[in-house]
Amino acid sequence: MSRGNIELLVGLFVLIGLASLTYLALHLGELELFSHGYRVYAVFDNISGLKTGAPVEVAGVEVGKVEAVEMTQDFRAKLTLKLDTKVVLKEDTIASIRTKGIIGDKFVKLTPGFSDKVIPPGGTIRETESVLELEELISKYVHGKV
Amino acid sequence: MVALLRRLGCWALGLVREAGGMMLFLLEGLALAFVPPFRFRRLLQEMYLIGVRSVLIILLTAAFTGMILALQGFYTLKQYGSEGALGSAVALSLIREMGPVLTALMVSARAGSAVTAEIGIMRITEQLDALDTMAVSPMQYVVMPKLLAGLITVPLLTAIFDVMGIIGGYIVGVILLGLSSGIYFSEMVRSVVPLDINGGIVKSLVFGLTIILVACYKGYYTEHGAEGVSRATNQTVVLSAVLILAWDYLLTSFFM
Amino acid sequence: MIQIIDLCKSFNGQLVLDHVNLVLPKGKITVVIGKSGVGKSVLLKHIAGLLKPDAGRVLVEGRDINHLRGRELYDYKLRLAVLFQGGALFDSLTVFENIAFPLREKTRLPESEIAHRVRQRLEEMNLPPEVEYKFPDELSGGMKKRVAFARAMVQEPEIILFDEPVTGLDPPMASSVFHLIIKTHQDHGYTALVVSHDIPEVFQVADFVAMMHRGRIIAYGTPPEIQAHPDPLVQAFLHGEPDFLEA
Repeated sequence: MSRGNIELLVGLFVLIGLASLTYLALHLGELELFSHGYRVYAVFDNISGLKTGAPVEVAGVEVGKVEAVEMTQDFRAKLTLKLDTKVVLKEDTIASIRTKGIIGDKFVKLTPGFSDKVIPPGGTIRETESVLELEELISKYVHGKV
Repeated sequence: MVALLRRLGCWALGLVREAGGMMLFLLEGLALAFVPPFRFRRLLQEMYLIGVRSVLIILLTAAFTGMILALQGFYTLKQYGSEGALGSAVALSLIREMGPVLTALMVSARAGSAVTAEIGIMRITEQLDALDTMAVSPMQYVVMPKLLAGLITVPLLTAIFDVMGIIGGYIVGVILLGLSSGIYFSEMVRSVVPLDINGGIVKSLVFGLTIILVACYKGYYTEHGAEGVSRATNQTVVLSAVLILAWDYLLTSFFM
Repeated sequence: MIQIIDLCKSFNGQLVLDHVNLVLPKGKITVVIGKSGVGKSVLLKHIAGLLKPDAGRVLVEGRDINHLRGRELYDYKLRLAVLFQGGALFDSLTVFENIAFPLREKTRLPESEIAHRVRQRLEEMNLPPEVEYKFPDELSGGMKKRVAFARAMVQEPEIILFDEPVTGLDPPMASSVFHLIIKTHQDHGYTALVVSHDIPEVFQVADFVAMMHRGRIIAYGTPPEIQAHPDPLVQAFLHGEPDFLEA
């Protein structure tokens, strides 16, 4: 093995390794080198296990992510949503928590409103709808309230 | 009873002494990286021996690991009707656990044992002493480039393992079992967060250093001729496997 | 001049060097003889600075080498070369690279000058030029010793320590290595310590002979003096009666 060959092979190896690392970090990890988008907040009575990183969708299109989940002083759940700059939310937008499939992952669904006013970056979505708990639905049905 | 306690005490003292010896050995080895001469060419050679020569075995292991994960995951997830999550199951298992651990185990089996044998033979044939009498530090000439090479190549090998494993999972999940390619990748992208990637990288750095440290230490303090070399090689493989798994538990509980 | 004063060393509670006193006169070859395992190589390693004594001193021009630090220790090692028992050639380097190693590490000579010096040493050791491309494991025992000798000589040392230079070699090869020692010593005039149990051949290179037994120097003198030494242990060793030495 001559010296030039070792250098070439090590160089190639490092390149492939770095490419793999970059793919993992940028594509999968979505490491945001240039943070874009804006944040809005939404307070729910019950988010029932929704996790950080869950998608935010409008009409089934992913427009952002849940960046943080916190609890407020009055024991409600406050979500920080990070949204694409392109998405402009009207003031009467409704945020609800839904489930994909029966046991699928939770996500935040935004239903656009018709108000003239928009929610500015850092604003709060007032209208929220908590998780439809399967157990609650069933118990309502059993007790004949539906 | 007293004899048993005494044996236990001796064993524990030996363990502490060995841990301390390794720590000092590591510090000396790493400190010498900052003292001239910098031995860039030796580093390249070691990166070739530890890194490049491990690529093939890593690719093979990774492809099969990804394929097995996809196969197992598919049938388990299917019972709950969420085959869609296959991509995320494969990627998370690979990035968090399988990638770092299996890469480390393969490198230790392939390169760790070779490093111990090489240094052990240099010890018993007095090559390390010869370096010393030529005013060349054996720690700096032999050990330091290996430690650095371990620190650099193992994380890169782990990244290659992860990507190859994802491709293996794709082959089974998408091509053989007919999952949609879009779902496989979008689920993956959605579920992997930067913390997973960082955790995987930190693990692989720790593992890389551990493997090569154990291998160099065991080789450097080889005694009693050829039999000693084979014993040291054996100890390297066993000790690094145990340390990798123990570290893995600690780091996982720290990160997750 | 190297003086060894009251040197003691033990391994795992076993005394290997027991108050050894010896002087290696400058520019002379001193031979230490004795059965295997009496501490001859351990003594050599103390002079090379590879082992630290439990007690006693190794003085080189009046300075204790165990108190040398940093630059001084480095300079001492530059003046010293060791020919190890098995040659201790680096397996991963060719013969040429092995001999060039000390020059590449410690000097800033241009490659052409290094190549010139390496070939000069190969010739001095009666080695054919084509061996320079070979690796140590392709060489016979005698060739390895001569390559190692060339590597020691290329450093132009003031002191050379020979650890069993002819052990394991057949008699013609052994005598050729001894002739190389005599010849290079005449040309370069280094101070030498030869540790060996090959008698009486080793007497032809010796200016002075010391005999070690059980960690002690039991006889010292010129080769004729040693051959006529009254001590029965010395006579038993010279006449190859190992059983007597065990008692």
